[in-house]
Amino acid sequence: MGIIDPSKHEPGAVSATPLSADMPIPPGPDQDAILAAVGDEIANRGFVIAKADKLFNWARSGSLWPMTFGLACCAVEMMHSAASRYDMDRYGMLFRPSPRQSDVMIVAGTLTNKMAPALRRVYDQMPEPRWVLSMGSCANGGGYYHYSYAVVRGCDRIVPVDVYVPGCPPTAEALIYGLLQLQKKIRRTATIART
Amino acid sequence: MNDFHDRLTKLVGHQCQAIEMKGGELVLHVALADLVSVLKAVRDDTELAVTQLSDLTAVDFPERPERFDVVYQMLSVNNNMRLRIITRADEGDIVPSVIGLFRSADWAEREVWDMFGIYFSGHPDMRRLLTDYGFEGHPLRKDFPLTGYVEVRYSDTERRVVYEPVHLNQEYRDFDFLSPWEGMQLPQVGDDSDTDEEQAGA
Repeated sequence: MGIIDPSKHEPGAVSATPLSADMPIPPGPDQDAILAAVGDEIANRGFVIAKADKLFNWARSGSLWPMTFGLACCAVEMMHSAASRYDMDRYGMLFRPSPRQSDVMIVAGTLTNKMAPALRRVYDQMPEPRWVLSMGSCANGGGYYHYSYAVVRGCDRIVPVDVYVPGCPPTAEALIYGLLQLQKKIRRTATIART
Repeated sequence: MNDFHDRLTKLVGHQCQAIEMKGGELVLHVALADLVSVLKAVRDDTELAVTQLSDLTAVDFPERPERFDVVYQMLSVNNNMRLRIITRADEGDIVPSVIGLFRSADWAEREVWDMFGIYFSGHPDMRRLLTDYGFEGHPLRKDFPLTGYVEVRYSDTERRVVYEPVHLNQEYRDFDFLSPWEGMQLPQVGDDSDTDEEQAGA
């Protein structure tokens, strides 16, 4: 990390002398002080240093655009979470009607056999990187209609799921919690490398 | 209510098998052959004016020789009276469609066809409404199992959704949800309230 090697400087010294990397300073208060000083100097000139990975993950998780797949009653709780009390927009989540412009698909509601091919098609139309959040017990595992002849027992039979939010319906707060967990997952696992 | 009942009896009484008041509701039992004429008569009569078909459903009684009860729920807006007209049909019977009399019978009859397998003659667009596109069977019949015959999953190899025979990891369990207060059977184990006991004085 960093574009400047820690070198044998006195702690606290901020100068423009050329750096010699013959003996790196081990991690500790000395190194921290040098890095802080250098960072301050660069920040004063209007630059920010970050790891590329962390930057991308910040961007991806900070502006997760959900594609609404509101199928049944859970859709109303999803609407609640986007409304004014549990505003999702403050997390950067903006509902997009088109799969081509969205990052995450929130499967909210009962997935029936008739809907399954359509769900898969919508998922296939989403560009990478994409995630799926299964909302409510019907989408998690068939839920209330698990034993029905016309229900897919969990949307994870059709699409790969990242976060499951339990509830019938999950409260709007629970959905926000699930989305925040998804953000944490993205920060933890996403990479720049093409999979 | 009585005027309505009397008028009804006078108008179509000879065509019906029975007119009865069941649970405070007026019910007409009609044979399949008289169905359309009875419905037309009650719709066109100026006093009865039963102009709305609220619902069209069927009931399955598998142990009966004519297993289906086709039920027409009617409403007379002017008189504020509801009327139920019931015919009986067997599995292969063809019921005349009342779409010419009531437009609301359109999708209702499609639903009955889909769920029960009762065919309506004269319907312009008799196809499935609720079930999946290649679905076989009529789900609301009593001999159709709750979980059905096929289930769905996505196949990575075929890159599409495939249908497979249904396999349940845990079979359907039927619980008795009766509250212990309501369904309590006396005497309980450990209940000595009926025997004499020395009560320790306070």
